[in-house]
Amino acid sequence: MQSNKHLPADTHMPETRSGTPDLAGYARTIRIATARMIHRAKSSHIGSCFSMIDLLAVLYGRILRIDALRPAWPERDRFILSKGHACAALYAVLAEEGFFPKSWLDTFYQDGSALGGHAMHSVPGVEVSTGSLGHGLSLGCGMALTGRREARPFRVFVLLSDGECDEGSVWEAVLFAGHHQLENLVAIVDYNKIQSLGAVGHVLDLHPFAEKWSACRWAVREIDGHNPDEIECVLRQVPFEANRPSCIVAHTVKGKGVSFMENELLWHYRSPSDEEFQAAFAELSSAS
Amino acid sequence: MRSAFVRSLMALAEEDRRVCLVTGDLGFGVVEPFAAKFPSQFVNAGVAEQNMTGIAAGMALCGKVVFTYSIANFPTLRCLEQIRNDACYHNADVKIVSVGGGLAYGALGASHHATEDIAVMRALPGMTVVAPGDPIEAETATRALVARAGPAYLRLGRSGEPLVHSDYVDFQIGKAVRVTDGDDVTLIATGTMLHATTQAAARLAREGIAARVLSMHTIKPLDVEAVFEAARETRAIITIEEHSVIGGLGSSVAEVLAESADCHVRFKRMGLPSAFTAIGSREFLTKSYSLSVEGIVESAMQILELAPSCA
Ligand SMILES: [Mg+2]
Repeated sequence: MQSNKHLPADTHMPETRSGTPDLAGYARTIRIATARMIHRAKSSHIGSCFSMIDLLAVLYGRILRIDALRPAWPERDRFILSKGHACAALYAVLAEEGFFPKSWLDTFYQDGSALGGHAMHSVPGVEVSTGSLGHGLSLGCGMALTGRREARPFRVFVLLSDGECDEGSVWEAVLFAGHHQLENLVAIVDYNKIQSLGAVGHVLDLHPFAEKWSACRWAVREIDGHNPDEIECVLRQVPFEANRPSCIVAHTVKGKGVSFMENELLWHYRSPSDEEFQAAFAELSSAS
Repeated sequence: MRSAFVRSLMALAEEDRRVCLVTGDLGFGVVEPFAAKFPSQFVNAGVAEQNMTGIAAGMALCGKVVFTYSIANFPTLRCLEQIRNDACYHNADVKIVSVGGGLAYGALGASHHATEDIAVMRALPGMTVVAPGDPIEAETATRALVARAGPAYLRLGRSGEPLVHSDYVDFQIGKAVRVTDGDDVTLIATGTMLHATTQAAARLAREGIAARVLSMHTIKPLDVEAVFEAARETRAIITIEEHSVIGGLGSSVAEVLAESADCHVRFKRMGLPSAFTAIGSREFLTKSYSLSVEGIVESAMQILELAPSCA
């Protein structure tokens, strides 16, 4: 899939992407590419990637107004992967979208590679570097505030993890965005209920989660974060309310798509062995 | 110094609409005129320095030149990782301003003593570190920092600092200002210690000792050439700073001297010990740590008695 390569340099982007026809197929392609990268690299966070890939597929396939030929186009929508440890999936999407050659993915996590284990702004299409949790939403607030003050058309999407919401800085930004009515800001939380050392409910419970955001004057929607139609439908409705930032609590499953990885904390860390990769590949390839 | 800074920032904000001010809910009686005149270039982020710094970086990445503003350690240590990852890593145009660098809030206790800030900021990649020596330097430094792209730390005193320069100073980032010339001893001062240092030089002159005073307003990048000249042309070098002797101006100069091939110059760092400082007015505290005119004069006399005359 290529991004709007026909557009001359000075025209505005279409209102929304015409998009990829088969979102489920797109997500499957990204899962396979991500599994291949992480297996080859012997790196971690495959579960974190799989839980948000359906969200990424809809964002990049249908929603974001971006142009792979002009990654720095000033009026592009901003997408911030605040859970930067899941960058393998983002890199796979960006390569698929034509921001850089797919061959780069083979170098992921290797010595001297352009693609490190956390999102890096030096990579074409990556808006900001992340990796330490709790930074992305503040960056997004600054961008959204500037966009609104200058009446610029771009929107800012920030994807956070649930464990990340333990960070106090997230709530500083949540308060700020609500107070300043940042209608052009969208936070999406990959609520897979698992964080680094265990279940979110046991480590530091976020429940009642949606209520926390609405108490801070965000308009909140809860969705199945693996249902492409539902994801697209809700993302096309932003902003949900005038003068409020939008929060999407996406209920997800860590490791989604590979049965033996689903809901298993182990896959926050473990890199698939050759056999496990083959099994994952077979399962992903046969999924309809 | 803070009013000189705000005056300068307001002039800059008028000329260049990219210039913004983000405060962490501090600056009573100082930031209000800016907020009133430039509402679309002003943000009060609330008592939330991490978010303040992240917002500033986000704004800078959309084309703004953003000053964050707070006091003591709040805009630096409290949000250090946002400074490192969000501002420095992205080479974002974020200028961090701290009012009350050193012991200006001395009676408020150690929480309000900014005594390691230079060391910490200096260690960050891409960071420029500036501590102006008087209100005129503060005003010109503000302008110079807008003209210089990338992250910077501007360490200010509080208020009522005496003028050292008459009305004009050739202020260039990374270039020391030679306030007085001499070939006996070089006194390198930064920030709020500049005034006492020039007074010490005047007193030394009456004793027949010619002291060269350098205002080393930029700690990073350091004016290495001025240090080498001092080492070649004078018998001793003393650094004077309202900051821990670890990691600040004294350390910066020591690093340069230690790596230079022909350095036999006598050297002393004056500053604060690596300890939590006592309670009291700035005047009381600086005096108790010998960061006074008398203390500087005494150090200069001591080091010159030890120093061999140039052949
Ligand atoms: Mg999680």
